[in-house]
Amino acid sequence: MTAISDTTERHGFSLAQYLICLTGIVWREALRFIHQRERFISALVRPLVWLFIFAAGFRQVLGVSIIPPYETYVLYEVYIAPGLVAMIQLFNGMQSSLTMVYDRETGGMRTLLVSPFPRWWLLTSKLLAGTLVSILQAYVFLLIAWFWDIEAPAIGYLAVAPALLLSGFMLGALGMLISSLIKQLENFAGVMNFVIFPMFFASSALYPLWRVKESSPLLYYVCELNPFTHATELIRFALYGQVAWISLTVVLGCTAAFLFGAILAYDPARGFLARRNGG
Amino acid sequence: MKPSAPAQIPALEIDRVGHRYGARVALRDVSLTVRQSSFTVLLGLNGAGKSTLFSLITRLYAISSGKIRIFGHDVAKEPGAALSKLGVVFQSRALDIDISVRQNLMYHAALHGIASKRANELIAQVLDRVAMTDRSRDRVGNLSIGQMRRIEIARALLHQPRLLLLDEPTVGLDIKARADILDHVRRLSEMEGIGVLWATHLIDEAGAGDDVAVLHKGSVLAHGTVGDVIVKSGGGDLRDAFNRLTGVADQDELEAVR
Repeated sequence: MTAISDTTERHGFSLAQYLICLTGIVWREALRFIHQRERFISALVRPLVWLFIFAAGFRQVLGVSIIPPYETYVLYEVYIAPGLVAMIQLFNGMQSSLTMVYDRETGGMRTLLVSPFPRWWLLTSKLLAGTLVSILQAYVFLLIAWFWDIEAPAIGYLAVAPALLLSGFMLGALGMLISSLIKQLENFAGVMNFVIFPMFFASSALYPLWRVKESSPLLYYVCELNPFTHATELIRFALYGQVAWISLTVVLGCTAAFLFGAILAYDPARGFLARRNGG
Repeated sequence: MKPSAPAQIPALEIDRVGHRYGARVALRDVSLTVRQSSFTVLLGLNGAGKSTLFSLITRLYAISSGKIRIFGHDVAKEPGAALSKLGVVFQSRALDIDISVRQNLMYHAALHGIASKRANELIAQVLDRVAMTDRSRDRVGNLSIGQMRRIEIARALLHQPRLLLLDEPTVGLDIKARADILDHVRRLSEMEGIGVLWATHLIDEAGAGDDVAVLHKGSVLAHGTVGDVIVKSGGGDLRDAFNRLTGVADQDELEAVR
């Protein structure tokens, strides 16, 4: 067959081929997403429950004073909306990590990793795919919130896109790193307890940090060190057309660190994969 | 011991490879060769180390000792060049059941950097080869296990690999589907010159003209043509040879313990 010789003597890939690979991975994630509508709906219901019920209940209890980026007093639901957007991305990142563990148990992950592209490229592409899905979810949430009178300036809806990309990348990379450490699916409940809840509650998502500081200075420092706080603040400021520089720096740094860790973990020479038992 | 093909680079060359999980030794000094266009059966009971060997060849695990080369490309040093010549059918399902056959194959093409126009041609070819053209728009979840296996094989062949690995590809199939798949892959190897490594615990899947490697408790006990292995072991047929070889190995082990 003549066709065989076309592809066999190929070493290395062109830039166009890298993009084909990336597009293919994103496209598959999109297809998956379309076929798993329950996943999308449940991802949306969670923050909406917080917004409609929790925030409504706490509106009277928690007043929020004027703190940047807000220029007036804001209602509690306005305050927690960016945190809930970050929560969508947190769950999405952990969900992708769950998918990766599941994929590893079937053959999906193996199919991905046996691709001749460099592994860092495969993992980064997968991360981007998951992040794009989370951005879509975030925008749907913001749209529903808008009907609930949680309105940000028009520019904010544009400015939040790059913030979401970054925070989605950071949380996705964290999920990926965690997925390399979990052996079995059952351990995902542990991820909920030990990663999602602490990260969400010890952050600025539900209450401004100055309030936390009043009650516990220690907890305040924990919150300040929590990367999720910075994802939330990055999104909050972006939504009002501003840049939270410190948060931006922290998110960038954490993204790099988590991604680097995940790539190492999935590198056969150093990774943890080989320590698992095989057949 | 090695089947000789001096003019040709072997499709797969495993050279004194060892692997351990913690203290447990999974593979010990394993060497075997898959010649180009040959059909090599890797015969071993469950737990013999077949899947570990596959994980090493596909670079899921790092190779800690020894070398693995695919058409002369060291898997550890030139993974891209090595993996692009390799097609794999894993024991566990690798297809996405929610999406169609065609969508699965498009995804696989993208993982090999194949643009969609070319991918369409290749998909038509491989589906034709496994006689599944009419099912291309079906959801994978609606296929039978035998049909899924055929699609898995089509997927593994899509990027036109020169070496095909199959890890227990007939598990869960009825007798007819099993014979079909075996026959099919054997023909592929003959007609298109693809080197095949077929891992199985079913002795009757090895044919008279095949190469065979007997893997037992992480070691290769015999490697050569089926005829050679039978003669060397002094058995009457391959089953007999397998029992003798593995029996002897177990006996040696018992004596070593004593």
